[in-house]
Amino acid sequence: MNASIKSLIYKEFLAVLRDNRARVVLIVPPLLQLFLFSYAVTLEVKNVSLAIYNQDQGHHSTEVIERIAAAPTFNNIIYLKKASDIDETVDQQKALLVVQFPADFSRNIQANRTANMQIILDGRRSNSASITSGYISEIVDDYNQELLAKTNQSQPAILYPINWFNPNLDYTWFTIPSLVAVLAMLIALVLTSLSVAREREMGTFEQLLVSPLTPGGILIGKTIPALVLAIAEGTLILLCAIFVFGIKFQGSFILLYISMIVFLLSIVGFGLFISSLCKTQQQSVVGTFLFMTPSMNISGFATPVENMPMWLQYVAELSPMKHFLIVAKGVFLKDISAQMVFNNTWPNVIIAICTLSAATWLFRKRME
Amino acid sequence: MNLALRGLSLRRVWGLIKKESYQIVRDPSSLIIAFVLPAMLLFLFGTAVSLDITNLKVGIVLEETNPDVNLFVESFTNSPYFDVTISRDRHKIEKMVLEGELRGMVVVPGQFDRDLNKATPDAKIQVITDGSETNTASFLQNYVTGAWSNWLNQREAQDGMVFNPPIEIVDRIWYNEDANSHFYLLPGSIAIIMTLIGTLLTSLVIAREWERGTMEALMATPVSIGEIICGKIIPYFTLGMCSMILCVIITVIGFGVPLRGSVWLLMLVSALYLGTALSMGLLISTVAHNQFVASQISLYVAYLPSFLLSGFIFEISSMPIILRGITYFIPARYFVNNLQTLFLTGDVFKLIFMNCLWVGLFGIVLMYLVVKRVRKRLD
Repeated sequence: MNASIKSLIYKEFLAVLRDNRARVVLIVPPLLQLFLFSYAVTLEVKNVSLAIYNQDQGHHSTEVIERIAAAPTFNNIIYLKKASDIDETVDQQKALLVVQFPADFSRNIQANRTANMQIILDGRRSNSASITSGYISEIVDDYNQELLAKTNQSQPAILYPINWFNPNLDYTWFTIPSLVAVLAMLIALVLTSLSVAREREMGTFEQLLVSPLTPGGILIGKTIPALVLAIAEGTLILLCAIFVFGIKFQGSFILLYISMIVFLLSIVGFGLFISSLCKTQQQSVVGTFLFMTPSMNISGFATPVENMPMWLQYVAELSPMKHFLIVAKGVFLKDISAQMVFNNTWPNVIIAICTLSAATWLFRKRME
Repeated sequence: MNLALRGLSLRRVWGLIKKESYQIVRDPSSLIIAFVLPAMLLFLFGTAVSLDITNLKVGIVLEETNPDVNLFVESFTNSPYFDVTISRDRHKIEKMVLEGELRGMVVVPGQFDRDLNKATPDAKIQVITDGSETNTASFLQNYVTGAWSNWLNQREAQDGMVFNPPIEIVDRIWYNEDANSHFYLLPGSIAIIMTLIGTLLTSLVIAREWERGTMEALMATPVSIGEIICGKIIPYFTLGMCSMILCVIITVIGFGVPLRGSVWLLMLVSALYLGTALSMGLLISTVAHNQFVASQISLYVAYLPSFLLSGFIFEISSMPIILRGITYFIPARYFVNNLQTLFLTGDVFKLIFMNCLWVGLFGIVLMYLVVKRVRKRLD
């Protein structure tokens, strides 16, 4: 590597690391995000308020209520006195759901007729409400089995559920390995996409142009510091995942890092492309956002890719994040084979080649 | 004397508004933030982000064919939730789960029939889920448990008779009968968009004036700080309200989300929140005098918390107690709730009023801090 590129790389490192605020931006937000994401991102339902309107005098409804109240999901149970309270309870969101027992509830069970109980859910939080209603129906199913067992013999067969790769279905196991990808990507993107526009706005770009560096050289000088810092960021999150959050790393570090470098190169390509395209930093910020938000949302980070419409699943193939997430989670939790890592890395090789050469082309064109 | 409280000259404010409007129209990136970004985000939350499970890929291993379990298998093949792969070969399905092609598998072992019909039956069915997709895995586990107890009950009922469970649950979801997650995600995402426009746009434009040195030029003129603030807030407030209207139109017409509350209340609530978001943007710009730092602060102080801690996707009640405490200080939390209520439930005045009270309070505190911090000086 020639000396001028080396000194440019050195200058780029200095530009990032010398500025106090920029240093803070590199270190504090990722840790903040790690903390926020790992504790806030959960679709589990806990500490729910539940309202009960019981018109039944018999002991069956009392039994069901006691079992529901004993479940750890519910921390607050409101007893309603009249039917007209139901509307207000749901509308004002005093409870996520209302369970209602009709007057003939226990009588029907005793007479071997099917008794109905009604659950009213708040559609403004329909996902949580449905999950909660699932918990209640499990409780009721158990009770049903017991009621039947009084007349019949015991269960003839048993169901054995096992969760591979994450035995307790702990959400942090799902989120944090993905964060290695997300936060490394953020750093790579922010460092590259603003760099050229910043030099342009500050007038130092002209100085760079009169230097003996070729456009390719300038881009290499911008790529390497961003790549190194992004890998450092990914490593930091990885260490936190293993030592702070205690998630067991199952696979091979070498495979993970090879795939990570390819992934970050493709992201750097996008960042430099945005950077060469934009005239001002504000435009670069907007450009970064326009790239980052969709590519994150269709990558399967927040919600699974298979929930999306089919045509969007094809679009998702263009997001480097989608491929690397499979590798990051796979290596971390599943110890996937080198073959599988390869299968999900070569699309990023192609994306990296395309974006890096597009960035070089545009940069050269803009320099003229 | 506090310069901010000196009388405002309408003529000067108007002049500043005109200057700012030209800048908005001339730089496409402001218009992109106000119109393209909202449309794109709404589109993403309307299509890509979905909590509704369809075509979940599961494998069923039938090591023996058995009329007894057919009913159980049918509860998967007939369900709209699943895309089922049936095989006799356990290893093949296991490999597919490992490679992420299937999200789980149900195993009916070879000796199932024999075990079921023994004197003391102890037949086993195994469910294996891919825990690395945690939400999908718990859905699958719940579904299988339900289908399983259903099958047990059906089996117990004598031949041909329809089984009646002692207790049956009737579910009813109010205001969102089909439990469509987009119905509450889309109104919630409008709150995120408003936060983004309010904070990112204002903090960037003021940081830009500092960076380019035009702030000094502005200060050399006789305009007061109050006039500068008005000259910034009014154009971006107008821009924000226009983009709010665009969002509502896309949500209602494009995605068919009902708007059950009244339009005037929706506009009022949004205007109040936008004011608060703009004040936050102004406050950020007093701290950050360059665009890079301004954009990072608005991303981390405004956008990310309002995304994660407003209850728009992730349930607040499930968070650890410290985070739950922090959510009360995120204005977006109240606005998300107001929007979801106004779109799906209607004008629930008491709830909306309480939420507005909090948003307003934050607005006043932020504005006070802005006026206190901004002084007409160069440093």
